[in-house]
Amino acid sequence: METFIHAYSWVDIRFLLQGLWVTIYVSLISIALSFVVGLILGLIRYMKIKYLSAIVGFIIDIIRNLPLLLIIFFTYFGLPQLGIVTNPTSASITALVIFEGAMLAEIVRSGIGSVDPGQMEGARSNGMSYGQAMYHVVMPQALHNMIPALLSQFVSLVKDTSLATIIVLSELLYHAQIIYSQNTTYLIPMYVIIAVMYFIICFCLSQVANYLQKKYNN
Amino acid sequence: MWQIITNNWGAFLTGFWNTILCSTIALVFSLILGVFFALLEVAPPKFGRVIAKIYIAIFRNIPLLVIVMIFYLIVPRYIVKLSGFQAGTIGLTLYTSAFIAETVRAGINSIGEGQMEGARSNGMTYVQAMRYIILPQAMKIVIPPLGNQFVNLVKNSSVLAFVAGFDLMYQAQLIAFSTFQTIDTYIIVGLFYLILTLPLSYYMRHLEKKLAK
Repeated sequence: METFIHAYSWVDIRFLLQGLWVTIYVSLISIALSFVVGLILGLIRYMKIKYLSAIVGFIIDIIRNLPLLLIIFFTYFGLPQLGIVTNPTSASITALVIFEGAMLAEIVRSGIGSVDPGQMEGARSNGMSYGQAMYHVVMPQALHNMIPALLSQFVSLVKDTSLATIIVLSELLYHAQIIYSQNTTYLIPMYVIIAVMYFIICFCLSQVANYLQKKYNN
Repeated sequence: MWQIITNNWGAFLTGFWNTILCSTIALVFSLILGVFFALLEVAPPKFGRVIAKIYIAIFRNIPLLVIVMIFYLIVPRYIVKLSGFQAGTIGLTLYTSAFIAETVRAGINSIGEGQMEGARSNGMTYVQAMRYIILPQAMKIVIPPLGNQFVNLVKNSSVLAFVAGFDLMYQAQLIAFSTFQTIDTYIIVGLFYLILTLPLSYYMRHLEKKLAK
């Protein structure tokens, strides 16, 4: 008990909160960017444009079937070999956007696919162009359908940011490692508190996802 | 590129083998645990439901890496000695079992209540009805998402690299840093992973389409 009180001194907690902030910040940027990437790629894959859709689909399948850790290594250790300079933050955001963008593209594609084709036909026969029909009629319904799946993908994104400790991104897990490497009796208190921090963020997000899922199913 | 493969063939194969071994062990045990907790969550006793809910919530919402690190750093220090491979496999099993439990539970819930009522009113006990009527139907629905969980499991087994588990990713790091050919090494390792995951996920997509008909 004594060690817990010492371990949770304000200095340590503040250091952990700084790490938590980096985790949240990297997650939010990656969520925003990968959503845009996923939306575009998902649309391309859905629209069945000659050659382009097939190529995009193949690349998405490749990325979806690789471990995120490999993509993180690639962006941090591989890209500099091609002359692209990266730092831990930009490398981890790039890796997360590539990986999660591919994951989201698949969700977007099946979300658009779940909208009744009659909606598109109806909109087109009312004189809308394909773009207008997609933007005003199909997309809003598709987004509504895919919200639960999107949220659970965001939960895994938040958890996956912890993998970036390996390229020394100074996020939550890395800050905890710094603290307990100075005093190994803090090992348990540190893992307890970071587990709780991750749990609170991810649990709230997944509860929202579950709630929405239930609401839409009824 | 060929030189990297021929010079490090042994290391690649060891890594490939350890990744397969870890994934298979974790798959078997997480299936057992996952089905167990799914059954606990749909069974009538309230106590069991609460336990299952807590278990699933904990292991779904904490990063895999944190779970694996707890088994790699804390458990060997205070409870029982574990190698990196063992710690990684245990962490992976617990993490995946929570996702499998969720999938199986959703499958069981998707079977109409009438099935259970019909079986019970024909004189079956709850266990018999579950075993012979509900589970066989649920399992059929659940196979494609379970397959996707297995693909995730193979990908997630790369966390063994953090705990010196001698898996494919760990070997990749060693080779990349000894040859300085990082991009070529990562491409080769990526191909090894794709050999495992790509056929499986295409097959699952095929099954999904077949079931949807």
